[in-house]
Amino acid sequence: MADLALARKAETTEAATGRRRVQNVNAPLWRNAIFVAPYLVFFVLLLLVPLFWGMWMSLHKADAFSTGRFVGLANYTRLFNDRIFLQAIGNTFYFVLLTVPALALIGLLLALALNRQTRTAAVLRTIFFASSVLSVTIVTLIWRIVFVPGFGLLSTVYGWFGATSPAFLSDPKLVMIAIAIATIWWCIGLPMMLFLSALQQIPGDIYEAAALDNAGRWRTFRSITFPSIKRTFVLVVVIQIVLQFQLFGQARLMTNGGPNNVSTPLVLYIYDAAFKRWDLGLGAAASEVLFALILIAAMIQYAVSRRKGEDA
Amino acid sequence: MTAQIEIDGVTKRYGAMTVLENLSLSVEANEFMVFLGPSGCGKSTLLRMIAGLESVDEGTISINGERIDTLPPGQRGIAMVFQSYALYPHMTVADNMSFGLKNIDVPQGVIDARLAEAARMLEIGHLMERKPGQLSGGQRQRVAIGRAIVKEPKAFLFDEPLSNLDAALRVRTRVELAQLRNRVKSTMIFVTHDQIEAMTLADRVVVMNNRKIEQIGTPMDIYLRPESRFVATFVGSPTMNFMPVTLSEKGGFLVARLSDGAELATTIRGDGVTAGEQTLGIRAEAVRRAEPGAINTVPGRVEVLERLGDRTLLYVRLRDGSMIVAEDIGMSRVAIGDEIALSLDGTRTHLFDAEGRARHAEDMSHG
Repeated sequence: MADLALARKAETTEAATGRRRVQNVNAPLWRNAIFVAPYLVFFVLLLLVPLFWGMWMSLHKADAFSTGRFVGLANYTRLFNDRIFLQAIGNTFYFVLLTVPALALIGLLLALALNRQTRTAAVLRTIFFASSVLSVTIVTLIWRIVFVPGFGLLSTVYGWFGATSPAFLSDPKLVMIAIAIATIWWCIGLPMMLFLSALQQIPGDIYEAAALDNAGRWRTFRSITFPSIKRTFVLVVVIQIVLQFQLFGQARLMTNGGPNNVSTPLVLYIYDAAFKRWDLGLGAAASEVLFALILIAAMIQYAVSRRKGEDA
Repeated sequence: MTAQIEIDGVTKRYGAMTVLENLSLSVEANEFMVFLGPSGCGKSTLLRMIAGLESVDEGTISINGERIDTLPPGQRGIAMVFQSYALYPHMTVADNMSFGLKNIDVPQGVIDARLAEAARMLEIGHLMERKPGQLSGGQRQRVAIGRAIVKEPKAFLFDEPLSNLDAALRVRTRVELAQLRNRVKSTMIFVTHDQIEAMTLADRVVVMNNRKIEQIGTPMDIYLRPESRFVATFVGSPTMNFMPVTLSEKGGFLVARLSDGAELATTIRGDGVTAGEQTLGIRAEAVRRAEPGAINTVPGRVEVLERLGDRTLLYVRLRDGSMIVAEDIGMSRVAIGDEIALSLDGTRTHLFDAEGRARHAEDMSHG
């Protein structure tokens, strides 16, 4: 009743002043929510719910048939007492260290070399990007053919010189490097494209000004090009850290974590724990550790780059 | 340090398209030379060729007798101010200005002294630690000029440096450039499509059109004695009036009969002029309202009035249907629709032949 009275009062004042309130076109409207609702539904169902469900599950003794009983941090204790898990963390960091700097640097070099309007450059850009569209199965198949001992491409080439090729798929010192090479070959397209688009944003006239300022090639790169694409460089590094921490398919298909777990990354450990031994609680706990690692790495990278950006 | 620049038979092609053809010109030491022309006439290309940002397909460019068109841009001893300023966005103003000096290993003490001097001259001392993104358009412009000054170049090249400024700032910067020019003794080449910039700044103007030079001369030369119909059209506002005339000769000078029958005695010498139809050009300021009782006036009807304050432009439709622009005093009482008589000053006329080449009326007051 009070509402009604208020509404009526508002109406009369409106009539009295002879003015209608003009709707602000930028004011939030609840019906605008309809436009984001479809995305929001999928975001909540497929990302948020599993995220928290995983956290919850990591605190339980879960298997394929039931969520089981609450065990507190027991799964985490088990994890950090598991030598293979610790080794998997080490392997994953090693792999990130092998791939991310290489991807950023090779991507940048390719972009610098192919940032021109010639037909050859366009064809080469397409070729370098083409590997990105292949599935991990195809990529690992190709690189197995290269690395496989006896009749692989590498063995054949070494054979021409009467030498034996390094055993990339069985030497514990080399397997991670083999997986890294295949991964770099597979993933180089995205960094290259990001760097290319950043390079094309740099106005041409500042290069002309630099030429008039007697800047040589290296000086121009260091003082003009690199500062202009620094943000993209950080973006590429963050994206690749997040991606490469999740190494799975290549390791699973090329070496299956062997020999002696030296090429077992975190995700493969999670897969084995959760879906081979059906120890879902342990797998969930390992997933949370991976989540935390990626988050920390990305945040550190972000913070460092932001501080640098303010200095410059 | 200053330089005499010699451009000899220069040609520039992009694929099958020729942008500049066999163009020669010399810029004197300490001269302020303006390249004036419409968009696409090749004036910027010519400037960029001097700077070394475009290759030269034929011909040579020399500074003080030394050929420079084969040298890289940095070694030509010139500085350029770009239309977009082309400041390095991630460097401070001070770094922007010292970048070129550091690259040729100028001692830090010298750099500091030159920066301080330029900052004082351009009044940008308080901006030295800022980045270009934090500056206004006019301030960026000053920094760009400062970056050129500290190099102490043999010649300054300006590529339409005022065109990104708003109207008021453009006028102010133009005046400042003129002042700067008196303090920095150096050869300067300035490209513009704005005739006012050309007229106000230049010692000499090079009017360019369609791959070639139309005329080289002092601003007043260009204005008073345009060598071609293009120059007459391009320079001066409002544009010169052109009308078809039939010529006859009287006492050595030409008499032009306009298409409505009125006769205009000019002071254009008649020798060597083929009789018959030609085009007569006369600027608005030489077309005035006739005094009462004047002879040889041209009648017409006012269609448009443009009141500019200090003067009034009258767009008058003549009897033969053509339009002529006349000038009247600022407080003109003429109204649209008025029938008025115009008197044309025959001593300020220009005659253009079929190829557009001009001959000019002689100023009889100076004999």
